[in-house]
Amino acid sequence: MKFSIYRFDPDKDEKPYMQDYEITLEPADRMLLDALIRIKTVDDSLSLRRSCREGVCGSDAMNINGRNGLACITPVKGLREPVELRPLPGLPVIRDLIVDMTQFFKQYHSIKPYLINDDPPPETERLQSPEERAELDGLYECILCACCSTACPSFWWNPDKYVGPAGLLQAYRFLADSRDQATAERLDYLEDPYRLFRCHSIMNCTDVCPKGLNPMEAISQIKTMMTKRTI
Amino acid sequence: MTVARRKFDAVIVGAGGGGMRAALQLSEAGLKVAVLSKVFPTRSHTVAAQGGIAAALGNVTEDNWHWHMYDTVKGSDYLGDQDAIEFMCRQASEVVYELEHYGMPFDRLENGKIYQRPFGGQSQNFGGAQATRSCAVADRTGHAMLHTLYQRNVRANTQFFVEWMGLDLIRDEHGDVLGVSALDIETGEVMILQARATLFATGGGARIFSASTNAFINTGDGLAMAARAGVPLQDMEFWQFHPTGVYGVGILISEAVRGEGGYLLNKDGERFMERYAPHAKDLASRDVVSRAMTTEIKEGRACGRDADHLLLKLDHLGEDVIKARLPGIREIAIKFAHADPVREPIPVVPTAHYMMGGIPTNFHGQVVAPYKTGPEEVVQGFYAVGECACVSVHGANRLGTNSLLDILVFGRAAGNQIIEDLKRNTHHKHLPGDAADKALARLARLDSQKDGENVAQVGDMLRKTMQAHCGVFRFADLLKQGVDKISEVAERVKNTEIRDKSRVFNTARVEALELDNLAEVAVATMVSAQARKESRGAHARDDFPHRDDDKWLKHTLYFSEDRRLDYKPVRLKPLTVESFPPKARTY
Repeated sequence: MKFSIYRFDPDKDEKPYMQDYEITLEPADRMLLDALIRIKTVDDSLSLRRSCREGVCGSDAMNINGRNGLACITPVKGLREPVELRPLPGLPVIRDLIVDMTQFFKQYHSIKPYLINDDPPPETERLQSPEERAELDGLYECILCACCSTACPSFWWNPDKYVGPAGLLQAYRFLADSRDQATAERLDYLEDPYRLFRCHSIMNCTDVCPKGLNPMEAISQIKTMMTKRTI
Repeated sequence: MTVARRKFDAVIVGAGGGGMRAALQLSEAGLKVAVLSKVFPTRSHTVAAQGGIAAALGNVTEDNWHWHMYDTVKGSDYLGDQDAIEFMCRQASEVVYELEHYGMPFDRLENGKIYQRPFGGQSQNFGGAQATRSCAVADRTGHAMLHTLYQRNVRANTQFFVEWMGLDLIRDEHGDVLGVSALDIETGEVMILQARATLFATGGGARIFSASTNAFINTGDGLAMAARAGVPLQDMEFWQFHPTGVYGVGILISEAVRGEGGYLLNKDGERFMERYAPHAKDLASRDVVSRAMTTEIKEGRACGRDADHLLLKLDHLGEDVIKARLPGIREIAIKFAHADPVREPIPVVPTAHYMMGGIPTNFHGQVVAPYKTGPEEVVQGFYAVGECACVSVHGANRLGTNSLLDILVFGRAAGNQIIEDLKRNTHHKHLPGDAADKALARLARLDSQKDGENVAQVGDMLRKTMQAHCGVFRFADLLKQGVDKISEVAERVKNTEIRDKSRVFNTARVEALELDNLAEVAVATMVSAQARKESRGAHARDDFPHRDDDKWLKHTLYFSEDRRLDYKPVRLKPLTVESFPPKARTY
């Protein structure tokens, strides 16, 4: 199988280049990550992040034939050849398929991604009905792989000002939590020409999410909450 | 060569659930703490835990911590230390409520309380009816917990060193621990992180086996660092083989499937667990189920062309239950086994999953080792929690959902102990001039090695050797050959070569260093397993099929330097209640 992979090592390369590989896959090589590990046994300098190999840790996000996804849950069979692999777009490249995610996590941290509730906690659990808890489905499952934010043109242009779909999905995860008391504070922070309103409903985020989540929908929910509180 | 150094009150190696729970305690107490992790914290392997956290909340069925304690002691096949087990089970409800207060999105019952499900080995009334004790977030409990703990650490301003790998533990001439040397993976720089308290929370090492549920990063780094620094490793012969890894892939299918009502079938469509465990059936303890499955395979009743796997049936639970309670499992089965469990069973096989052994500690998280006066002297400045530690609450076999509980309880306890200890130890001890020399020598060896062996190939040989010689059932001749073979592999590991010499994000270098660590863990496992001549929990010997409490009711201690073994007594005396004396273990 043929691959064309983005290579750049700042320790020795002046500029990035695409390197071709051709390997024979074994029957056990089902996913793209298996193929990459096989390539790595031939060329140990190919650098990528990976850990759980089952789509829950979010390490091996990359651009696969022009579309962001996780290598470990992308079946290698059926990919168009040569399989073109590039680092996630819009973030600085550290080396090969490894990007610098500092900006992405800064935006995640900016929305205060933790429960805020200043009441003294009860001796047992805070109660939450199954219906209230169901509001968090489709939100808490995010694995912070950055496929969505790095597929978003608004995030490419303003990664320092626009929170981006991943951060906004988590902002809504806490806005939607019946136990959270910081709704006003959270909405105040997002009421800004960039942080929330750079979203132009292009929907790349929802289209690429490897976990099948819908950041676009969460963003429109936040916008609705904002509209409601002004009237 | 001089190496940059930084000083902290405490250094934590590993940012999974245990490391982050401890970090939270220290950060909220205002201490200066550095948390090192090979991966971004939310990518740690806690993220892959599925089924739940055990705590006797009694939200569904009547329950109390004492029953939980009994189950854990019995599950451990009486090798667990009963003081630590009492400590853990007593605190379980409190740490779960605490996690809920942090924002953990637990599933809920109609009355608004935390949802609980049954798991294997859980009983009411000291061995009576099935208990319902595992607090769950669908089948993504570990993911929800790891993210919740990370989020809470963001709030507490914990300082993370992301993509840093611990290289070696630093001790002075008294054996006191002073910190670690570590590699900044992104820049290739080595640094000494000096600390008044060093906590290892580096997770497991089941990557020593070919078929493993574990992530690539689970390479036993903390154990190897401790072993290289002269700290013994405890009970390394005890590895849990989870009954249900996806056939051919190894990915975990949670016991929650059986907790929700799924069961195993052989090729005749027989629910064979009824024969092996008439009472608990598919919810017998994991060692029992894995042995039953392996016996079915050995005796020709397994499925598939090669008669080498069994089937996990859950379609009878109905689409609604599967989608609501087991959505992650369904996703995995569809992607990796091409089977939608709503309609068809999942092909599964026992798969290496969890290391019961580890760095010996007491229930305060302090590392203990024989030194001058006894087998359990505190190693000053050194702490360990979670899978890399051996408290020992799991003994010879861990119960499902006790691992997430373990890391919460002992992460918090170690944090509290460090806070207390640092009130007394107010100054950093003198750092020897050669503190980083061993680590630097290993790196220099790798950089200059010529005509060496390929890391991936030697690693493959290591995993195959462990898989063939130290699996679910163990045989005298295979263990004996295994010790020789794994020793050969360990020699080859010393001559690995990497072609990538770049300083920047050199993953080849990281994998070579990880292989050093895997070799330490593998040798410790094989040597300890060969020596234990009985069957207990997950250690099942063909030539010694029974538990032998007269000779073997004791913990193994393995010393890396001369591969020497020593033993120490099991702590049979709990903190406040009566001891549970060893008795026959049936499910």
